[in-house]
Amino acid sequence: MITLTPKYKMAALLCGIAFLNLSLFALGGEMKNADSSKQNRIEIKDFAFNPKTLTVKSGEKITWINHDDEPHTVVSVEKQFKKSTALDTDQEFTVTAGAPGTYTYFCSVHPKMTGTIVVEK
Amino acid sequence: MPDYISHDHEHDGIDRRGFLQCMAWAGTGLLWTISGGVLASRTLAEIGKAGGSLPAATDLSFLQISDSHIGFSKEANKDVTETFKIALDRINAMPTPPSFLIHTGDITQLSKPEEFDTFDQVLKSCKTKDVFFVPGEHDVLNDGGKFYRERYLKSVEAKGAGWYSFNKNGVHFIGLVNVLNLQAGGLGQLGDEQLEWLEADVKDLSASTPIVVFAHIPLWAVYPQWGWGTSDSERALGYLKRFGSVTVLNGHIHQVLQKIEGNVTFHTAMSTAFPQPAPGTAPSPGPMKVPAEQLRSLLGLTNVQYKQGKTALAVVDSNLS
Repeated sequence: MITLTPKYKMAALLCGIAFLNLSLFALGGEMKNADSSKQNRIEIKDFAFNPKTLTVKSGEKITWINHDDEPHTVVSVEKQFKKSTALDTDQEFTVTAGAPGTYTYFCSVHPKMTGTIVVEK
Repeated sequence: MPDYISHDHEHDGIDRRGFLQCMAWAGTGLLWTISGGVLASRTLAEIGKAGGSLPAATDLSFLQISDSHIGFSKEANKDVTETFKIALDRINAMPTPPSFLIHTGDITQLSKPEEFDTFDQVLKSCKTKDVFFVPGEHDVLNDGGKFYRERYLKSVEAKGAGWYSFNKNGVHFIGLVNVLNLQAGGLGQLGDEQLEWLEADVKDLSASTPIVVFAHIPLWAVYPQWGWGTSDSERALGYLKRFGSVTVLNGHIHQVLQKIEGNVTFHTAMSTAFPQPAPGTAPSPGPMKVPAEQLRSLLGLTNVQYKQGKTALAVVDSNLS
Protein backbone atom coordinates (compact mmCIF):
# COMPACT_ATOMS: atom_id res chain seq x y z
CA MET A 1 0.00 0.00 0.00
CA ILE A 2 1.50 3.30 -1.03
CA THR A 3 0.26 6.26 0.85
CA LEU A 4 0.45 9.39 -1.15
CA THR A 5 2.48 11.96 0.68
CA PRO A 6 3.31 15.34 -0.84
CA LYS A 7 6.83 14.10 -1.52
CA TYR A 8 5.62 11.27 -3.69
CA LYS A 9 2.63 12.99 -5.09
CA MET A 10 4.48 14.94 -7.71
CA ALA A 11 6.51 11.92 -8.72
CA ALA A 12 3.36 9.90 -9.09
CA LEU A 13 1.77 12.58 -11.17
CA LEU A 14 4.81 12.83 -13.37
CA CYS A 15 4.85 9.12 -13.85
CA GLY A 16 1.22 9.22 -14.76
CA ILE A 17 0.38 6.48 -12.34
CA ALA A 18 -3.28 7.22 -12.19
CA PHE A 19 -4.24 4.20 -10.16
CA LEU A 20 -2.40 5.35 -7.08
CA ASN A 21 -4.32 7.03 -4.35
CA LEU A 22 -4.94 10.21 -6.27
CA SER A 23 -8.42 10.00 -5.02
CA LEU A 24 -9.72 13.49 -5.21
CA PHE A 25 -13.16 14.21 -4.03
CA ALA A 26 -13.62 16.82 -6.65
CA LEU A 27 -15.63 15.71 -9.60
CA GLY A 28 -15.60 18.82 -11.68
CA GLY A 29 -14.39 20.72 -8.67
CA GLU A 30 -10.96 22.16 -8.58
CA MET A 31 -8.23 21.71 -6.04
CA LYS A 32 -7.76 24.51 -3.62
CA ASN A 33 -4.66 25.50 -1.80
CA ALA A 34 -6.26 25.74 1.58
CA ASP A 35 -4.51 24.41 4.63
CA SER A 36 -3.27 21.31 2.86
CA SER A 37 -0.82 20.51 5.61
CA LYS A 38 -3.60 19.79 8.08
CA GLN A 39 -4.13 16.09 8.66
CA ASN A 40 -7.57 14.75 9.37
CA ARG A 41 -7.39 11.19 10.59
CA ILE A 42 -10.10 8.57 10.63
CA GLU A 43 -9.27 5.56 12.75
CA ILE A 44 -10.63 2.19 11.72
CA LYS A 45 -11.10 0.10 14.82
CA ASP A 46 -13.49 -2.69 15.78
CA PHE A 47 -15.15 -2.59 12.37
CA ALA A 48 -16.04 1.09 12.60
CA PHE A 49 -14.87 4.42 11.21
CA ASN A 50 -14.06 6.90 13.96
CA PRO A 51 -15.13 9.64 13.77
CA LYS A 52 -18.09 8.42 11.80
CA THR A 53 -18.64 11.91 10.42
CA LEU A 54 -15.72 14.20 9.73
CA THR A 55 -15.93 17.81 8.59
CA VAL A 56 -12.97 19.19 6.65
CA LYS A 57 -12.18 22.15 4.45
CA SER A 58 -11.69 21.81 0.75
CA GLY A 59 -8.06 21.14 0.00
CA GLU A 60 -7.32 19.36 3.26
CA LYS A 61 -6.05 15.82 3.37
CA ILE A 62 -7.95 13.00 5.00
CA THR A 63 -6.18 9.83 6.11
CA TRP A 64 -7.76 6.55 7.19
CA ILE A 65 -5.67 4.11 9.18
CA ASN A 66 -6.69 0.52 9.85
CA HIS A 67 -6.08 -0.75 13.39
CA ASP A 68 -7.99 -4.01 12.97
CA ASP A 69 -6.57 -7.45 12.22
CA GLU A 70 -9.02 -7.55 9.37
CA PRO A 71 -8.67 -5.79 6.00
CA HIS A 72 -10.98 -2.88 5.30
CA THR A 73 -11.61 -0.59 2.36
CA VAL A 74 -12.81 2.96 1.86
CA VAL A 75 -15.31 3.19 -0.98
CA SER A 76 -17.47 6.16 -1.99
CA VAL A 77 -21.14 5.18 -2.05
CA GLU A 78 -21.76 7.40 -5.07
CA LYS A 79 -18.38 6.59 -6.61
CA GLN A 80 -17.33 10.19 -6.12
CA PHE A 81 -13.72 9.29 -5.44
CA LYS A 82 -11.43 6.44 -6.26
CA LYS A 83 -11.71 3.58 -3.80
CA SER A 84 -8.86 2.36 -1.67
CA THR A 85 -7.31 -1.02 -2.11
CA ALA A 86 -7.78 -3.41 0.83
CA LEU A 87 -5.98 -1.90 3.81
CA ASP A 88 -4.19 -4.45 5.95
CA THR A 89 -3.37 -3.81 9.59
CA ASP A 90 -1.68 -0.40 10.11
CA GLN A 91 -2.02 0.58 6.48
CA GLU A 92 -3.25 4.02 5.52
CA PHE A 93 -5.22 5.61 2.74
CA THR A 94 -5.18 9.32 2.01
CA VAL A 95 -7.34 11.53 -0.16
CA THR A 96 -7.57 15.27 -0.62
CA ALA A 97 -10.92 16.93 -0.18
CA GLY A 98 -12.15 18.71 -3.27
CA ALA A 99 -15.49 20.34 -3.94
CA PRO A 100 -17.69 21.21 -0.95
CA GLY A 101 -20.42 18.70 -0.27
CA THR A 102 -21.34 15.59 1.69
CA TYR A 103 -19.63 12.34 0.77
CA THR A 104 -20.74 9.03 2.18
CA TYR A 105 -18.47 6.03 2.08
CA PHE A 106 -18.35 2.46 3.34
CA CYS A 107 -16.13 -0.60 3.62
CA SER A 108 -16.90 -2.84 0.67
CA VAL A 109 -15.67 -5.87 2.63
CA HIS A 110 -17.88 -5.15 5.63
CA PRO A 111 -20.63 -2.94 4.27
CA LYS A 112 -22.14 -2.35 7.69
CA MET A 113 -19.23 0.03 8.19
CA THR A 114 -20.23 3.45 6.89
CA GLY A 115 -18.97 6.99 7.31
CA THR A 116 -19.46 10.52 6.06
CA ILE A 117 -17.12 13.31 5.02
CA VAL A 118 -18.49 16.83 4.96
CA VAL A 119 -16.34 19.16 2.86
CA GLU A 120 -16.73 22.87 3.52
CA LYS A 121 -15.31 25.79 1.57
CA MET B 1 -37.99 -16.24 12.12
CA PRO B 2 -35.66 -16.81 15.05
CA ASP B 3 -32.02 -15.95 14.60
CA TYR B 4 -30.91 -18.85 16.69
CA ILE B 5 -31.94 -22.20 17.96
CA SER B 6 -34.07 -20.92 20.77
CA HIS B 7 -36.12 -23.89 21.84
CA ASP B 8 -35.16 -27.20 23.23
CA HIS B 9 -37.32 -29.27 20.93
CA GLU B 10 -35.55 -32.49 21.71
CA HIS B 11 -35.40 -31.94 25.44
CA ASP B 12 -31.72 -32.63 25.34
CA GLY B 13 -30.64 -29.54 27.19
CA ILE B 14 -29.40 -27.71 24.12
CA ASP B 15 -31.05 -24.33 24.12
CA ARG B 16 -29.63 -21.25 22.46
CA ARG B 17 -27.48 -20.18 25.37
CA GLY B 18 -26.13 -23.64 25.98
CA PHE B 19 -25.54 -24.10 22.32
CA LEU B 20 -23.55 -20.91 22.01
CA GLN B 21 -21.56 -21.79 25.09
CA CYS B 22 -20.56 -25.17 23.85
CA MET B 23 -19.63 -24.03 20.39
CA ALA B 24 -16.05 -24.85 19.66
CA TRP B 25 -13.83 -24.32 16.71
CA ALA B 26 -11.21 -26.59 15.32
CA GLY B 27 -8.70 -26.64 12.51
CA THR B 28 -10.54 -29.49 10.96
CA GLY B 29 -13.18 -30.10 8.38
CA LEU B 30 -16.56 -31.65 8.66
CA LEU B 31 -17.42 -34.86 6.94
CA TRP B 32 -20.81 -34.82 5.34
CA THR B 33 -22.59 -37.99 4.46
CA ILE B 34 -25.75 -38.34 2.52
CA SER B 35 -27.88 -41.33 3.11
CA GLY B 36 -31.39 -41.42 1.79
CA GLY B 37 -31.32 -37.68 1.23
CA VAL B 38 -30.56 -36.91 4.86
CA LEU B 39 -27.28 -35.28 5.70
CA ALA B 40 -25.24 -35.98 8.77
CA SER B 41 -21.87 -34.62 9.74
CA ARG B 42 -19.02 -35.62 12.00
CA THR B 43 -15.68 -33.99 12.50
CA LEU B 44 -12.61 -35.60 11.03
CA ALA B 45 -11.05 -35.79 14.44
CA GLU B 46 -13.94 -37.79 15.73
CA ILE B 47 -13.84 -40.16 12.80
CA GLY B 48 -10.11 -40.61 13.28
CA LYS B 49 -10.60 -41.20 16.97
CA ALA B 50 -13.35 -43.73 16.46
CA GLY B 51 -11.20 -45.50 13.92
CA GLY B 52 -14.29 -46.57 12.07
CA SER B 53 -15.37 -46.22 8.54
CA LEU B 54 -18.31 -44.38 7.08
CA PRO B 55 -21.82 -45.62 7.83
CA ALA B 56 -22.64 -48.59 5.68
CA ALA B 57 -25.67 -47.00 4.12
CA THR B 58 -23.74 -43.97 2.94
CA ASP B 59 -24.46 -43.11 -0.63
CA LEU B 60 -22.15 -40.16 -0.85
CA SER B 61 -19.71 -38.41 1.40
CA PHE B 62 -18.00 -35.11 0.97
CA LEU B 63 -16.10 -32.76 3.13
CA GLN B 64 -16.52 -29.08 3.88
CA ILE B 65 -13.52 -26.94 4.76
CA SER B 66 -13.67 -23.20 5.11
CA ASP B 67 -11.93 -19.94 5.86
CA SER B 68 -8.30 -20.95 5.48
CA HIS B 69 -7.24 -17.27 5.36
CA ILE B 70 -3.80 -18.10 3.96
CA GLY B 71 -1.62 -15.05 4.56
CA PHE B 72 -3.08 -14.20 7.97
CA SER B 73 -0.29 -13.99 10.54
CA LYS B 74 -1.71 -12.12 13.49
CA GLU B 75 -2.00 -13.12 17.12
CA ALA B 76 -5.09 -15.28 16.71
CA ASN B 77 -3.03 -17.79 14.69
CA LYS B 78 0.43 -16.99 13.40
CA ASP B 79 0.63 -20.07 11.21
CA VAL B 80 -2.61 -20.61 9.37
CA THR B 81 -0.81 -22.57 6.66
CA GLU B 82 0.14 -25.15 9.26
CA THR B 83 -3.40 -25.54 10.58
CA PHE B 84 -4.64 -25.85 7.03
CA LYS B 85 -2.08 -28.63 6.52
CA ILE B 86 -3.31 -30.36 9.65
CA ALA B 87 -6.85 -30.26 8.30
CA LEU B 88 -5.67 -31.89 5.07
CA ASP B 89 -3.71 -34.50 7.02
CA ARG B 90 -6.92 -35.41 8.79
CA ILE B 91 -8.67 -35.84 5.47
CA ASN B 92 -5.85 -38.01 4.17
CA ALA B 93 -6.04 -40.17 7.28
CA MET B 94 -9.68 -41.00 6.77
CA PRO B 95 -10.25 -44.71 6.24
CA THR B 96 -12.76 -43.97 3.52
CA PRO B 97 -11.80 -40.81 1.66
CA PRO B 98 -14.52 -38.31 0.80
CA SER B 99 -15.66 -38.10 -2.79
CA PHE B 100 -14.77 -34.43 -2.97
CA LEU B 101 -14.19 -31.30 -0.94
CA ILE B 102 -16.16 -28.10 -0.77
CA HIS B 103 -14.32 -24.96 0.27
CA THR B 104 -16.75 -22.30 1.43
CA GLY B 105 -14.53 -19.29 0.88
CA ASP B 106 -11.86 -17.03 2.31
CA ILE B 107 -9.12 -19.14 0.81
CA THR B 108 -6.80 -16.18 1.42
CA GLN B 109 -6.55 -13.24 3.77
CA LEU B 110 -5.82 -10.48 1.24
CA SER B 111 -6.48 -11.97 -2.23
CA LYS B 112 -2.75 -11.89 -2.99
CA PRO B 113 -1.56 -14.19 -5.78
CA GLU B 114 1.17 -15.57 -3.53
CA GLU B 115 -1.45 -16.45 -0.92
CA PHE B 116 -3.49 -18.34 -3.50
CA ASP B 117 -0.25 -20.03 -4.63
CA THR B 118 0.53 -21.17 -1.10
CA PHE B 119 -2.98 -22.54 -0.70
CA ASP B 120 -2.74 -24.48 -3.94
CA GLN B 121 0.68 -25.82 -3.05
CA VAL B 122 -0.53 -27.14 0.29
CA LEU B 123 -3.74 -28.48 -1.21
CA LYS B 124 -1.67 -30.71 -3.49
CA SER B 125 -0.94 -32.89 -0.47
CA CYS B 126 -4.63 -33.78 -0.23
CA LYS B 127 -5.43 -37.21 -1.62
CA THR B 128 -8.93 -36.07 -2.49
CA LYS B 129 -8.45 -34.12 -5.67
CA ASP B 130 -11.91 -32.82 -6.53
CA VAL B 131 -12.53 -29.50 -4.80
CA PHE B 132 -15.44 -27.14 -5.38
CA PHE B 133 -15.08 -23.53 -4.36
CA VAL B 134 -17.17 -20.48 -3.63
CA PRO B 135 -15.42 -17.18 -2.89
CA GLY B 136 -15.26 -15.33 0.39
CA GLU B 137 -14.98 -11.56 0.55
CA HIS B 138 -11.27 -11.98 1.29
CA ASP B 139 -10.78 -13.68 -2.08
CA VAL B 140 -12.21 -10.85 -4.18
CA LEU B 141 -10.76 -7.80 -2.43
CA ASN B 142 -9.24 -5.77 -5.22
CA ASP B 143 -10.28 -7.23 -8.57
CA GLY B 144 -13.91 -8.20 -8.10
CA GLY B 145 -12.95 -11.86 -8.07
CA LYS B 146 -11.31 -12.08 -11.50
CA PHE B 147 -8.21 -13.92 -10.26
CA TYR B 148 -10.33 -16.29 -8.16
CA ARG B 149 -12.65 -17.14 -11.05
CA GLU B 150 -9.78 -17.83 -13.43
CA ARG B 151 -8.15 -20.24 -11.04
CA TYR B 152 -10.88 -22.00 -9.09
CA LEU B 153 -13.77 -22.58 -11.46
CA LYS B 154 -12.04 -24.68 -14.09
CA SER B 155 -13.94 -27.87 -13.33
CA VAL B 156 -17.43 -26.34 -13.30
CA GLU B 157 -19.68 -24.53 -15.72
CA ALA B 158 -19.76 -21.25 -13.87
CA LYS B 159 -22.15 -18.46 -14.76
CA GLY B 160 -22.15 -14.75 -14.00
CA ALA B 161 -19.83 -13.86 -11.13
CA GLY B 162 -19.00 -17.52 -10.58
CA TRP B 163 -22.10 -19.41 -9.45
CA TYR B 164 -22.76 -22.94 -10.67
CA SER B 165 -24.44 -26.24 -9.97
CA PHE B 166 -23.61 -29.91 -10.43
CA ASN B 167 -25.03 -33.32 -9.62
CA LYS B 168 -23.44 -36.11 -7.64
CA ASN B 169 -25.16 -39.39 -6.85
CA GLY B 170 -28.58 -37.91 -7.30
CA VAL B 171 -27.86 -34.89 -5.13
CA HIS B 172 -28.03 -31.43 -6.69
CA PHE B 173 -25.28 -29.08 -5.48
CA ILE B 174 -25.50 -25.32 -5.93
CA GLY B 175 -22.53 -23.01 -5.33
CA LEU B 176 -23.58 -19.39 -4.83
CA VAL B 177 -21.64 -16.12 -4.68
CA ASN B 178 -22.79 -13.61 -2.06
CA VAL B 179 -19.67 -11.52 -1.48
CA LEU B 180 -19.67 -9.22 -4.50
CA ASN B 181 -21.19 -5.80 -5.15
CA LEU B 182 -22.09 -5.38 -1.51
CA GLN B 183 -24.12 -2.27 -0.78
CA ALA B 184 -23.33 0.34 1.88
CA GLY B 185 -25.00 -0.57 5.15
CA GLY B 186 -26.07 -3.95 3.82
CA LEU B 187 -25.33 -7.65 4.17
CA GLY B 188 -24.15 -10.36 1.84
CA GLN B 189 -25.96 -10.26 -1.47
CA LEU B 190 -26.82 -12.66 -4.28
CA GLY B 191 -28.32 -10.18 -6.76
CA ASP B 192 -31.08 -10.47 -9.34
CA GLU B 193 -29.06 -12.16 -12.05
CA GLN B 194 -27.96 -14.98 -9.78
CA LEU B 195 -31.43 -15.40 -8.28
CA GLU B 196 -32.98 -15.68 -11.73
CA TRP B 197 -30.39 -18.27 -12.63
CA LEU B 198 -31.16 -20.20 -9.45
CA GLU B 199 -34.89 -20.22 -10.14
CA ALA B 200 -34.26 -21.65 -13.61
CA ASP B 201 -31.61 -24.07 -12.34
CA VAL B 202 -33.97 -25.91 -9.98
CA LYS B 203 -37.19 -25.49 -11.96
CA ASP B 204 -37.17 -28.92 -13.58
CA LEU B 205 -35.86 -30.90 -10.64
CA SER B 206 -38.07 -33.36 -8.82
CA ALA B 207 -39.10 -32.20 -5.34
CA SER B 208 -37.52 -35.35 -3.95
CA THR B 209 -34.06 -34.35 -5.19
CA PRO B 210 -31.82 -33.61 -2.20
CA ILE B 211 -30.43 -30.09 -2.53
CA VAL B 212 -27.16 -28.82 -1.10
CA VAL B 213 -26.52 -25.09 -1.33
CA PHE B 214 -23.14 -23.69 -0.39
CA ALA B 215 -22.01 -20.08 -0.15
CA HIS B 216 -19.60 -18.11 2.00
CA ILE B 217 -21.75 -15.72 4.03
CA PRO B 218 -24.62 -17.41 5.88
CA LEU B 219 -27.87 -17.51 3.93
CA TRP B 220 -29.83 -16.91 7.12
CA ALA B 221 -29.84 -14.04 9.57
CA VAL B 222 -27.20 -15.27 12.00
CA TYR B 223 -26.38 -11.79 13.33
CA PRO B 224 -27.13 -8.94 10.94
CA GLN B 225 -25.54 -6.41 13.30
CA TRP B 226 -22.21 -7.92 12.32
CA GLY B 227 -23.18 -8.39 8.71
CA TRP B 228 -23.70 -12.11 9.23
CA GLY B 229 -26.52 -12.69 6.82
CA THR B 230 -27.53 -12.27 3.17
CA SER B 231 -30.05 -9.59 2.27
CA ASP B 232 -31.86 -11.48 -0.50
CA SER B 233 -31.48 -15.05 0.76
CA GLU B 234 -35.21 -15.34 1.46
CA ARG B 235 -35.89 -15.15 -2.26
CA ALA B 236 -33.35 -17.87 -2.93
CA LEU B 237 -34.87 -20.09 -0.27
CA GLY B 238 -38.30 -19.45 -1.74
CA TYR B 239 -37.20 -21.24 -4.90
CA LEU B 240 -36.15 -24.22 -2.79
CA LYS B 241 -39.23 -24.44 -0.60
CA ARG B 242 -40.85 -27.29 -2.48
CA PHE B 243 -37.88 -29.62 -2.01
CA GLY B 244 -38.01 -32.23 0.70
CA SER B 245 -34.38 -31.89 1.76
CA VAL B 246 -32.36 -28.71 1.52
CA THR B 247 -29.04 -28.29 3.26
CA VAL B 248 -27.31 -24.91 3.32
CA LEU B 249 -23.59 -24.90 4.09
CA ASN B 250 -21.82 -21.64 4.87
CA GLY B 251 -18.55 -20.36 6.33
CA HIS B 252 -17.57 -16.78 7.18
CA ILE B 253 -18.30 -16.79 10.92
CA HIS B 254 -15.62 -19.33 11.96
CA GLN B 255 -17.83 -21.30 14.29
CA VAL B 256 -20.52 -23.91 14.15
CA LEU B 257 -24.06 -22.63 14.19
CA GLN B 258 -27.11 -24.45 12.98
CA LYS B 259 -30.75 -23.92 12.44
CA ILE B 260 -33.47 -26.10 11.02
CA GLU B 261 -36.45 -24.45 9.45
CA GLY B 262 -38.99 -26.67 7.77
CA ASN B 263 -37.11 -28.85 5.32
CA VAL B 264 -34.08 -26.57 5.34
CA THR B 265 -31.05 -27.20 7.49
CA PHE B 266 -28.59 -24.31 7.84
CA HIS B 267 -25.08 -24.97 9.00
CA THR B 268 -21.97 -22.81 9.33
CA ALA B 269 -18.53 -24.40 9.43
CA MET B 270 -15.46 -23.87 11.50
CA SER B 271 -12.40 -22.15 10.09
CA THR B 272 -9.04 -23.82 9.64
CA ALA B 273 -7.39 -20.52 10.58
CA PHE B 274 -8.75 -18.79 13.67
CA PRO B 275 -11.91 -18.53 15.76
CA GLN B 276 -14.29 -15.62 15.79
CA PRO B 277 -16.47 -14.59 18.72
CA ALA B 278 -19.99 -15.85 19.20
CA PRO B 279 -22.56 -13.33 17.94
CA GLY B 280 -22.65 -10.18 20.01
CA THR B 281 -20.08 -11.34 22.57
CA ALA B 282 -17.29 -8.95 21.51
CA PRO B 283 -17.00 -5.36 20.27
CA SER B 284 -16.51 -6.66 16.73
CA PRO B 285 -16.41 -9.94 14.82
CA GLY B 286 -12.62 -9.75 14.30
CA PRO B 287 -10.26 -12.69 14.85
CA MET B 288 -10.51 -13.98 18.41
CA LYS B 289 -7.21 -14.04 20.27
CA VAL B 290 -6.73 -16.79 22.81
CA PRO B 291 -3.60 -18.01 24.62
CA ALA B 292 -1.75 -20.82 22.85
CA GLU B 293 -2.67 -23.38 25.47
CA GLN B 294 -6.29 -22.38 25.22
CA LEU B 295 -6.14 -22.51 21.47
CA ARG B 296 -5.18 -26.18 21.67
CA SER B 297 -8.09 -26.84 23.95
CA LEU B 298 -10.33 -25.17 21.39
CA LEU B 299 -9.15 -27.53 18.68
CA GLY B 300 -12.21 -29.57 19.15
CA LEU B 301 -14.68 -32.00 17.82
CA THR B 302 -18.12 -31.16 16.67
CA ASN B 303 -20.40 -34.04 15.99
CA VAL B 304 -23.58 -33.02 14.23
CA GLN B 305 -26.44 -35.32 13.36
CA TYR B 306 -29.39 -34.45 11.23
CA LYS B 307 -32.41 -36.69 11.35
CA GLN B 308 -35.34 -36.32 9.07
CA GLY B 309 -38.58 -35.41 10.78
CA LYS B 310 -36.95 -33.88 13.83
CA THR B 311 -36.97 -30.19 14.41
CA ALA B 312 -33.89 -29.97 16.55
CA LEU B 313 -30.36 -31.13 16.07
CA ALA B 314 -27.88 -33.04 18.16
CA VAL B 315 -24.60 -31.25 18.67
CA VAL B 316 -21.83 -32.66 20.80
CA ASP B 317 -18.62 -30.71 21.21
CA SER B 318 -15.46 -31.92 22.86
CA ASN B 319 -11.86 -30.73 22.73
CA LEU B 320 -8.51 -32.39 22.20
CA SER B 321 -6.77 -31.42 25.41
